[in-house]
Amino acid sequence: MSEYTSLTPEDLAEMLATIGVASIDELLGAIPDDVRLQVPLNIPAGRPEQEVVAHLRQLAERNTSADDEITFLGGGMYDHYSPALIESIILRSEFLTPYTPYQPEISQGGLQAMFEYQTAISELTGLPISNASLYEGPSAVASAAYMSKLANDRPEFVVSRGLHPHARQTLATVAHGWGGRVVEVDLVNGVTDLTQLADLVGPNTCAVIVQQPNFLGAVEDLSAIAEIAHAAGAVPICSADPLTLGVLEAPGNQGIEICVGEGQTLGNRLDFGGPSFGFLAASAEHMRRMPGRIAGQTADVDGRRGFVLTLQTREQHIRREKATSNICTAQALNALAGVIYLAWLGRQGLPELGELLLQRTAYARTQLAALDGVELLHDQPVVREFAVRLDAPADRVIAACQDRGVNPGLALGHEYPEYENGLLVAITEQRSRSDIDTLVRVLGEVVAEIIGSRTAAGVAG
Amino acid sequence: MADESYPDDLRYHREHDWVRVEGDEAIFGITWFAQDALGEVVFYEPPAVGSTVSADATYGELESVKAVSDIYAPAEGEVIAVNEAVVASPGLVNSDPYGEGWLLRVRLANPDAVGALMDQAAYTAYLAGLGDA
Amino acid sequence: MSTRTDFAQTAQQREAAVTIFERGAPGRRASMLPEIDVPLQAAEALLPARFRRQEIPRLPEVSEPEIVRHYVRLSKRNFDLDSGFYPLGSCTMKHNPKMHERVAAMPGHSRLHPFQRPERAQGALELMWGLQEALSEVAGLPHVSLQPSAGSHGELAGVLLTRAYHEARGDAREIILTPDTAHGTNPATVTMAGYRVVGVGTNPDGGVDLDDLRSKATDRVACLMLTNPNTLGIFDPNITEIAKIVHDVGATLYYDGANLNAIMGISRPGDMGFDIVHFNLHKSFTQPHGGGGPGSGPIAVSDRIAPYLPVPLVTRTDTADGPVFDLTDDAPQSIGRLRGFQGNYGVFVRAYAYICSLGGEGLRRASEIAVLNANYLRARMREKGIGEYLSSPYEGSCMHEFVLSGGPMKRDLGIRTLDLAKRMLDFGVHPPTVYFPQLVEECLLIEPTETETRETLDAFVEIVAEILAEAATSPEIAQNAPYTTPVRRLDEATAARTPVLRQSFDRE
Ligand SMILES: Cc1ncc(COP(=O)(O)O)c(C=O)c1O
Repeated sequence: MSEYTSLTPEDLAEMLATIGVASIDELLGAIPDDVRLQVPLNIPAGRPEQEVVAHLRQLAERNTSADDEITFLGGGMYDHYSPALIESIILRSEFLTPYTPYQPEISQGGLQAMFEYQTAISELTGLPISNASLYEGPSAVASAAYMSKLANDRPEFVVSRGLHPHARQTLATVAHGWGGRVVEVDLVNGVTDLTQLADLVGPNTCAVIVQQPNFLGAVEDLSAIAEIAHAAGAVPICSADPLTLGVLEAPGNQGIEICVGEGQTLGNRLDFGGPSFGFLAASAEHMRRMPGRIAGQTADVDGRRGFVLTLQTREQHIRREKATSNICTAQALNALAGVIYLAWLGRQGLPELGELLLQRTAYARTQLAALDGVELLHDQPVVREFAVRLDAPADRVIAACQDRGVNPGLALGHEYPEYENGLLVAITEQRSRSDIDTLVRVLGEVVAEIIGSRTAAGVAG
Repeated sequence: MADESYPDDLRYHREHDWVRVEGDEAIFGITWFAQDALGEVVFYEPPAVGSTVSADATYGELESVKAVSDIYAPAEGEVIAVNEAVVASPGLVNSDPYGEGWLLRVRLANPDAVGALMDQAAYTAYLAGLGDA
Repeated sequence: MSTRTDFAQTAQQREAAVTIFERGAPGRRASMLPEIDVPLQAAEALLPARFRRQEIPRLPEVSEPEIVRHYVRLSKRNFDLDSGFYPLGSCTMKHNPKMHERVAAMPGHSRLHPFQRPERAQGALELMWGLQEALSEVAGLPHVSLQPSAGSHGELAGVLLTRAYHEARGDAREIILTPDTAHGTNPATVTMAGYRVVGVGTNPDGGVDLDDLRSKATDRVACLMLTNPNTLGIFDPNITEIAKIVHDVGATLYYDGANLNAIMGISRPGDMGFDIVHFNLHKSFTQPHGGGGPGSGPIAVSDRIAPYLPVPLVTRTDTADGPVFDLTDDAPQSIGRLRGFQGNYGVFVRAYAYICSLGGEGLRRASEIAVLNANYLRARMREKGIGEYLSSPYEGSCMHEFVLSGGPMKRDLGIRTLDLAKRMLDFGVHPPTVYFPQLVEECLLIEPTETETRETLDAFVEIVAEILAEAATSPEIAQNAPYTTPVRRLDEATAARTPVLRQSFDRE
């Protein structure tokens, strides 16, 4: 049993004497007997470190990780490469173990990293004000929605069905609390139906929320969407994949006022869904409605450049029930990984990676669409992810491919009944042409087999 | 920062706001005591010109680094000007609370009502009472 | 004129802060990407010009050695828990076991895609189930959701659950009560969830003012949010009565679990009458704080709240081949999702490893020693040379943390709590939480945690005594501290007046 404590019997005796009590139990005297736990916790006895490590390894081995199969699974988190230097930096105690930087004089490392992160996010999104991180992508969408409620106090959020289903569901959950409603706009040929959008947006619309590229991988026309929102006085919000912003126009240059997104692709692990980070950047007029921590530059008494948490009067610890958000602990370490990743990828690397994704995704899309029993679900421009429709039950196809070492992607039908047997395929720079060829071969075989057995069964019946 | 003072040509509200009557108009601001309690003012959010403020109700906010303070109208009136100099340089509230650090100019709905507010002697006595509490 | 506050500059202070954007040179890079190994297609065909980025984001242009050196140097401008005492009240800065990083990094955990089909994520789901069981046992409440991402997210979940519970009974209520000692996230959460905050006073013993609570507990009240021990480090002995008052008006009782480190295995919120509890896995369960996250804020709830828990839920089915775990969204009364995927799984791995290491008995020992350490430190802070200046506003023993008031120090020595805290920085310790709870004048909130040695606590007492003795003759030393940190006191007013929130490239 490991305890991570150091109390010896001598310590205990002397400490109790100093306090002036006979036992630890006496210190707990304020706890009435009827709420004292009279039995030990029903949790198995502690074990030595090596046994715990072995147990955790056994559990790990019962998961099929991205190391165990050739995976094309995406849908919000992606198997991008995270360079080794990230781990070596973020595991340093000085970054791993401190609390939120409440004492700036001894937290300049973390505060400056936040300032650098904010700069990088601002550059990517084309919006001047970034906070220092939110929990993750979908809750960042809900935070942006709450900001727009503070801006215009209207009740309705018009949301594209191209927005990640988890983000739509999160928004609906949270908005219900403050009395907000969510109205969904359909997709046509893979992108937000602009006609329907224009019909639904009106004087009650608080914000219009879309995703870039959207859940089906398609590139949305943000300028047209922002224009529709602005015409009604609503806030245009976009959830963007940051890694595509080397080739896709910055949302801030297309009229988007608040850009949020999931930061996992920036050097963070898959981790079965978290921890990663959410980012949020906005135009200047929203500065005092921003949620969460923000670092700012200043100088010390001797004139040295330094950094502090700033605009804190927005936050819960000062403004309490009038705060712009309740967020306190966010995802600083994951955001640090994000800015280190962006420095590693660099000014040249970001668009290069975008081009690589464009080309490989186009190749995979062309090859898959050429298979029998596979057709494109839409033909919009895509960057790193695309959707196909299978002439076979998607779940069965996926399971059979996985048995052959390939995870072909995500079955769309669970979240999108309208795309029954849809398959969402994601490409990263870790999937080479030969991996893609393997996917095409295995998926082709599996679909053919299922179609074949169905025909055979039909003949037999 | 200015030295502590409470001019005798002003009237005072218990939320530490002052009013200077000029005919049927008046100027509002916060007292030395209020700015001292708040600390260095970093942001002033004024009401819109043309809006009305009512007596004893808040009309705006002043922020320091670690605090937010509601500002109360000592009297009812229509806002005819806000001090844009304070919006641009909020520190004026600290350096000159009764002069350049004024906050609002209003047209009073009822100039006589101001007479019911504390005068300098009453306000300083009130402050002394707060210290004892 | 030379004063005692003229200290020589340290090497670190002489070094100007340079950002990553100011390093490097055009054309430099760290990453080399794989070749484009597929037949090239025309760029315009793949992405029409109207969608194409016109100006490339100005990211850094730096080499790998530059990046490493930059961030290692930055790291040295941080104080951290592995370097010294960190008694930051309410934050439970206990040791972060190194083994946790090893197990969390195992590819089966860290490289598991969140959309992996549950059949192929049985180890992860079993771990989540096991963690749920353990947290349920610690809370004394039968149902758990691991989904919320931090404490305040757990609070939001809890208040939305309260709303769903009342709405299902057709009982719209609009008020949530929070004590005046509550953490800021409590009232902030209330507003975000569409309720109105009404404050409840604190009695002279530091507990809830029962008369005030009775007068405010009406059938308009949806919930009382409380933490016990509270933010003064005091266990409220009237908790059963409080629960009765709240339940008698049909409201729920919410437990802010930030202070759970005081009572694990000793007393359970569920047994006290709480309906909903959040945990801060980044406090009681040792997830490293990361300089402001990640955290994780699971919730545990009673039977009557369970139908509304957020989705997805982890399920367990026992079969002849052993248990099978799954994820389900099938909960018709659920409030819905609060975030993407299943929560901060990487944090669950560490918390689970911690619970496996300590076991039920070890968790109880941890809390007992946390209480012992706090009371010992508190007793020593009452000794001569400290006790006259830092008074204890409440009698009786404390739980895992305690408050002191710097009021006498301010009056007698002319230094404020802020000055004391800043001077501590020169002694290599992290100051306690200051100016919270606001109820206590010039407040210090001190939480030593169970993982500190007695020697560390004694050394801290010596430091405080030395600073106070120094202030008795030369208060200006503390008033102008710190002197040895990478930067000295920073101008926060200018930072807020004219915010500079990102690097400017205009000089180029
Ligand atoms: C008493 C109390 N409640 C709630 C919170 C909020 O927790 P988190 O920061 O994880 O959101 C904290 C800590 O910051 C706290 O100390």
